[in-house]
Amino acid sequence: MRIAVLSGKGGTGKTLVSVNLAAAAKTSTYIDCDVEEPNGYLFFKPEGVHEEEISVKIPKVNNKLCDGCRKCVDFCKFNALAYIKNKLVVFDEVCHSCGGCTMLCPEKALTEKENVIGKVQKGTSNQVTIYTGILNTGEASGVPIIKKLLAENNLDTNKKIFIDCPPGSACIVMESIKDADYCVLVAEPTLFGTHNLNMVYELVKLFNKPFGAVLNKCLEEENPAEKFCLEKNIKILSRIPFDTELGKLNSNAEIAVNKNEKYCDMFSSLLKTVTKEVRHETNANS
Amino acid sequence: MKIAIPVDEKVLESNVCVSFGRTPYFLIYDTETKESVFIDNSAASSAGGAGIKAAQTIVDNKANVLLTPRCGENAADVLKSADIKIFKTTFASVKDNIDAFNDGKLSLLDEIHAGFHGHGGN
Repeated sequence: MRIAVLSGKGGTGKTLVSVNLAAAAKTSTYIDCDVEEPNGYLFFKPEGVHEEEISVKIPKVNNKLCDGCRKCVDFCKFNALAYIKNKLVVFDEVCHSCGGCTMLCPEKALTEKENVIGKVQKGTSNQVTIYTGILNTGEASGVPIIKKLLAENNLDTNKKIFIDCPPGSACIVMESIKDADYCVLVAEPTLFGTHNLNMVYELVKLFNKPFGAVLNKCLEEENPAEKFCLEKNIKILSRIPFDTELGKLNSNAEIAVNKNEKYCDMFSSLLKTVTKEVRHETNANS
Repeated sequence: MKIAIPVDEKVLESNVCVSFGRTPYFLIYDTETKESVFIDNSAASSAGGAGIKAAQTIVDNKANVLLTPRCGENAADVLKSADIKIFKTTFASVKDNIDAFNDGKLSLLDEIHAGFHGHGGN
C-alpha cells in the first residue's frame, strides 16, 4: 500500500508524519519526493547508501544545419530557445525536456544530449528502506527524479510505502501522488494553513484519491483547519497536539516513535487508522 | 537609433513597466524620426522563460538599445548576443527617460538579476 503524505505549504509536518509512520510500521519503505529540499534521510541516517545519477534529454543545436525557420522557438512553451543573429541558442536550464523541438526541426539541426539534473539515493535504517531524490539547484523540474523514485517501488504493493511529498499542489506533487492508494493531508491550525489545506484537498479530489487529514500543532483554541474538515466532511485521522517536546525531538532530527512510548503509541494508532482506511477503500473498489 | 522600453500603457505618457520580461507592451522609439511604435509583449503570459522571449521580440524589432529598470540574466544574454546595450531607467515616466538617454544621462545597467523563475516574478 502506497500512502502519500502531502500539504499545501511547507513546515506543516509532512516529514514528521511520514518518517514516524514509516518507523512505526517497522518494515516499510520511506520515499522522500521533496526533491528540492529532501530531509527525511536526516532522521533515518540510512546506511549502505547507493547512488544513481538521473539525467534528462535536452536539445543540442548544429547551427550549420539550422536555416532559421524558428519552428522550435515558436513551439517551446518555456521559451528555452532564441534565434539571434542567424544563430539558434538553447537555454539548458529553462528546458523542460519535452523533446518537441527536436521532433519538429525540419532540417534535423537539433539532436538530444544527456543532462544530469540530480540523483536518487537508496539506503536502509533498521527495517526501513529509505529512498531520497535530490534535484540539482537551478534545474527546471524534479518530475523525472520522482518518476524514477516511484517506478522502482510501484511493483511491490504488499509493502507499506510512505511517500513524503513536496509542498504545494504543482506538477511534482501530482507526480508524487499519482499512483498512491491513499493520501494523508497534513494541516496547521491557522487560516493560512486552512487555505493551503484547501489546495491539496482540491488536488486529491481531482485525482479521485481516498484521503484523510492529520491536524498538526493543535491548540486548545479554535482550529480553522478542523472547521474546514468538518464542513467538507473530511475524515480526521489524527490530532497531533502542539507539543514542544515533540518539536524538540523533531528539530534534533530524532524519530519521535523511537524515542518515547507516548509518540510511538500516537503514530502507531495513526498507522492503524490509515491502514484500516486503505483496506476499506481497496475493498470498496474491488 | 531605435530605443526599446517596457511600458505599462500604449501611450507616450505611460510609465516604465517594472518588469522587463512580463511587461504588457514595449515602446520602440526612433530617435531620428521621433516615431513611436507600441508592440504587445507576447511573453507576458509565458509559462516560463518570459525574459528570453521578450528579448527575442526586442531583437526582432531591431532595437539598438533597451531602457529598463531591471533585467534578468537570460534576457541579458540574448540582448548581449545581439549587441543591444541595456541602460537603467531613472525616472518613472517614459518621456523623461528618453530625454535623459538623449542627453547621455542614463548609465548602463550593471546589476543583472538571476531571474525570478516562478518565485515572485509574475
